[in-house]
Amino acid sequence: MGAPRAIALTAPVTRGIIPAERAFSMSNTARRMKPKRGIPWLYAAPTLAFVVLIFAYPIVTLIRYSTESVGTSQYIPTRSVGLANFRYIFGDSLFVRAIENNLKLFLCVPIMVILAVLLAAILYERPRGWKVYRAILFLPYVLSIPVVGVVFGYLFTYNGSVNEALRSVGLGLFAQDWLGSTKWALPTIGLVIIWKELGFGVIVFNARLMSVSEEFSEAARVDGARWWRRLWHITVPQLVPAIAFFAVVELINMLSWVFAYIYVMTLGGPQNSTVVSEFYIYEQVFQNNVIGVGAAAGVVLLGIVSILIVARTTLERRLSAYGYE
Amino acid sequence: MATSEIAQDVFARRVQRTRRWSLAGAIGRHAVLLLFSALALFPLYFMIASALKTNSDFADNQLGPPHHVVFSTFHSAVSGGDMGRWLLNSLLITAAAVIVSTALAAAAAYPLSLMRWRPGRWLLTLLIALMVVPPIVLIIPLFQMMSDAHQLNTYRGVIVIYTGIMLPFSTFLLVSFFSTIPRSLLEAARMDGASAWRTFIRVVLPLSVPALVTVVVVQALWVWNEVLIAVVFLQKDTLRTLMVGLTLFKSRYQVDVPVVMAGMLVATLPMFLLYLGGQRFFIRGLTAGGVKG
Repeated sequence: MGAPRAIALTAPVTRGIIPAERAFSMSNTARRMKPKRGIPWLYAAPTLAFVVLIFAYPIVTLIRYSTESVGTSQYIPTRSVGLANFRYIFGDSLFVRAIENNLKLFLCVPIMVILAVLLAAILYERPRGWKVYRAILFLPYVLSIPVVGVVFGYLFTYNGSVNEALRSVGLGLFAQDWLGSTKWALPTIGLVIIWKELGFGVIVFNARLMSVSEEFSEAARVDGARWWRRLWHITVPQLVPAIAFFAVVELINMLSWVFAYIYVMTLGGPQNSTVVSEFYIYEQVFQNNVIGVGAAAGVVLLGIVSILIVARTTLERRLSAYGYE
Repeated sequence: MATSEIAQDVFARRVQRTRRWSLAGAIGRHAVLLLFSALALFPLYFMIASALKTNSDFADNQLGPPHHVVFSTFHSAVSGGDMGRWLLNSLLITAAAVIVSTALAAAAAYPLSLMRWRPGRWLLTLLIALMVVPPIVLIIPLFQMMSDAHQLNTYRGVIVIYTGIMLPFSTFLLVSFFSTIPRSLLEAARMDGASAWRTFIRVVLPLSVPALVTVVVVQALWVWNEVLIAVVFLQKDTLRTLMVGLTLFKSRYQVDVPVVMAGMLVATLPMFLLYLGGQRFFIRGLTAGGVKG
């Protein structure tokens, strides 16, 4: 879900990342228009102003806050505290648990990749009605997180439909208060995230397969190669760049885009078992009014996301060295 | 003769075996697709089936279809609260933020994709890096800034924030679409003596209508469904967006599941219709990063 992750943008969504070189190489630099001096800046100026206002200045301010005890009124002035905020959060078991919970949600990503590759490979063979299947599989991604969260909230209550279904097939033993148990709440949220984001993986992989040449899979089919062999030796290698893209987008989502799920389904409970770093920051800043502490946690989060971006860029270079584009 | 007969026989058997396998394969494939489709549709079914039940019907029969279809739940959901107000708020904020950010992104994407401009490459890399900044990180300082500027609890404040947060993604998407415009058309415009602005308005934008629709659709989905910024910056009950309102709505009607589900359905409808109408735009916008070109 991202910011205009779409991406978030989940955002967006949805929020895709493409290396700049690729986007640029698509246009032929030699045949670009030759503008008068200053004209390009004129067109880009409003966007750049927004970037400064919404990204650059806030990030600088965030870093400053992280070394301060930020005053909340004229009686409590702001004072510099050095690295005390960072010492505090790393000593705070709740922050450590929040990061751990984000890392546990990372486990959703390989599950989504495997399921999405399988479904995309099946759709690629164009069974009857494949477009309808694709539209249905993508539907959860379009539904909003509050709606999804509330509906699953009902389905997963102790007297809810999931437990009723379990009881009706004689598995009543496994009935749980899924979102109310410290043990099961986070895995249940993970399941809901997988349910919602899987369709995004399916269409990314499907679009990639449709854009590459069919001759390999055709040749393999004529050779009589079995389905699993074709999947492993032909389909999966073609999907490597798309898998890398999807995995990194989803890893970033699991770190920085799960607030809405937690806010709607558990509010961090029961007993803080589902607190994630976003929710920790939200609570510190907007409930406990310790802005400096929240800012320090924000800087740590930003650091982890940057590491993922660097990993993605390196991966991209490696892949292009092996002939992937 | 004999050898060819044997060959024919072997061939026929192989065809038969392949056919049998492909039949089993087709059934298997459809079984997998049907299973996952059922899982994807189940919550939607639950919403619709529950919204059409009375509360007592729901208590006896959670999963099945309703015994008697009722529509009164929709009336209670819409009339019993601020739903209409929240719906208007969401429509207004979404429309404003999407229009402003699409217009600004198109203007910025024009020199970034089609003009010879040294710093452009560097700026594009910057925009791409900004796409992954977690919103919560920006919200801490933005809250202080908005508070100092007395812009908390205003539509203007959230519209500016949504516009800014969407701009890197929208600009990037439009850069990659604009780059595919044939150069010969731009050169023809230049030969005719068209200025850069005229070329933008008369050539680039008309050729990019599908791309612009894609950007609008993806952005609208994002703003409509956004929760965090709406929670933090719009704290008055009358200003809430639909998605934040829904969480209040749920606690208000906690015990009356059918009414809550009716409310959820009403809230889902606009995006659902947009999805049905513009599916290919969704798919194109959201897969733009994962596919070459």
